[in-house]
Amino acid sequence: MDVASYARAGQYLGAGLAMGFGAIGAALGEGMTGGFTNRAISRRISMTPALTRTMLVAQAVAETSAIFALMVAILLLFTDMAEQGPCAWAAAIGAGLSIGLGSFGSGIGSGYPGAEATWGVSRQPAVAPQMTTNMLVSQAVCQTPAIFALVISFLLMFMDYSKDPMWPYSAALLGAGLSMGIGAIGSGWGGGETGGAACKAFARHPRTKTSMMTLMLVGQAVGQTPSIFSLMVAFILIFSNYSGQQLTLHSTMAPLAAGICMGFGALGPGYGNGLTSTKACEALGMRPQNSGLIMRTMLVAQAVAQSTAIYALVIAFVLIFVV
Amino acid sequence: MGISGEDLMRAAAFLGAGISMGLGAIGPGVGEGFVGGKACEAIGRNPEEAGLLTRTMLVAQAVSESTGIYSLVVALLLIFVV
Repeated sequence: MDVASYARAGQYLGAGLAMGFGAIGAALGEGMTGGFTNRAISRRISMTPALTRTMLVAQAVAETSAIFALMVAILLLFTDMAEQGPCAWAAAIGAGLSIGLGSFGSGIGSGYPGAEATWGVSRQPAVAPQMTTNMLVSQAVCQTPAIFALVISFLLMFMDYSKDPMWPYSAALLGAGLSMGIGAIGSGWGGGETGGAACKAFARHPRTKTSMMTLMLVGQAVGQTPSIFSLMVAFILIFSNYSGQQLTLHSTMAPLAAGICMGFGALGPGYGNGLTSTKACEALGMRPQNSGLIMRTMLVAQAVAQSTAIYALVIAFVLIFVV
Repeated sequence: MGISGEDLMRAAAFLGAGISMGLGAIGPGVGEGFVGGKACEAIGRNPEEAGLLTRTMLVAQAVSESTGIYSLVVALLLIFVV
């Protein structure tokens, strides 16, 4: 079989993976927003137009991650990657895995702020504009991992690998896709739960808007760190130079293992950091006067939860650079 | 490429190390985050006990970290020892 057929097969498989996984998260998130909107409308029927508008805005943002996946799937179907060299099949599958898995967390995460914002608007109609701002800011932050995944997908699809040997470079490209795709799930999901809790707490205590926004953004930013580790490992895997190496099975599997390690390793800490900042936002909503203490506890807890992502990063680096 | 037994063994050890550390990091990450979240909730409710609650949180997180360290040890063993 020739290189072009391999590339085509990889592209078709990648397109399926991208759109299949990519459709799950956004749909779940939008469903959650819609469900909460119905609950809010049944509470205040007179506010139906305003609540429907908030719902549609929130769902449009959550849809973004699925549209990224659709874009990558269409590009994979209709571009010709064969001249990118013998690793094109792996690049195509990696691109599909990266955006497919990577948009899952951001899609479902974006649903939480939308759900809590519509519910909050029905509770406190006076603060609707500020609530919408809060919702959009938190949704934008939880889209970041999906954008990282999109960047890696584009790099995989459009870089020129024609001078690189098929192995171990193919394994490194698959590893880059897995690292970024799986690694983005936790940060997106956790960041979304945080945004939802911030919107809910803001509806309870509208006076807290500045301290709430600060706490939410700090919490989400720390929760984003594991997906940045994943992005870093994916970049290193894509730009590594393997040409001078003697080819063995174990040197081929090391970069793939590094990708798997960093991908899964970022999932748990990303989601865990989100759980911590979610509860911190809830606590701030109950006792706004304790903002300093809550912020300190949140940061200590997140730093500890981060440690396992750092272990995974260390093992990934050992697999890439040492062995 | 020719694959010798030694080569296959090392390849499996590397994949095993990646899977061990990767999957092994999920549980502690989520678990420690859960502990930290509940600590924030408790401190929000009872700020004067912040010291006690933070200490309990760190002890609980240290225990939940242990499985992550087991994964790290196994991964390092797979890469460097076996």
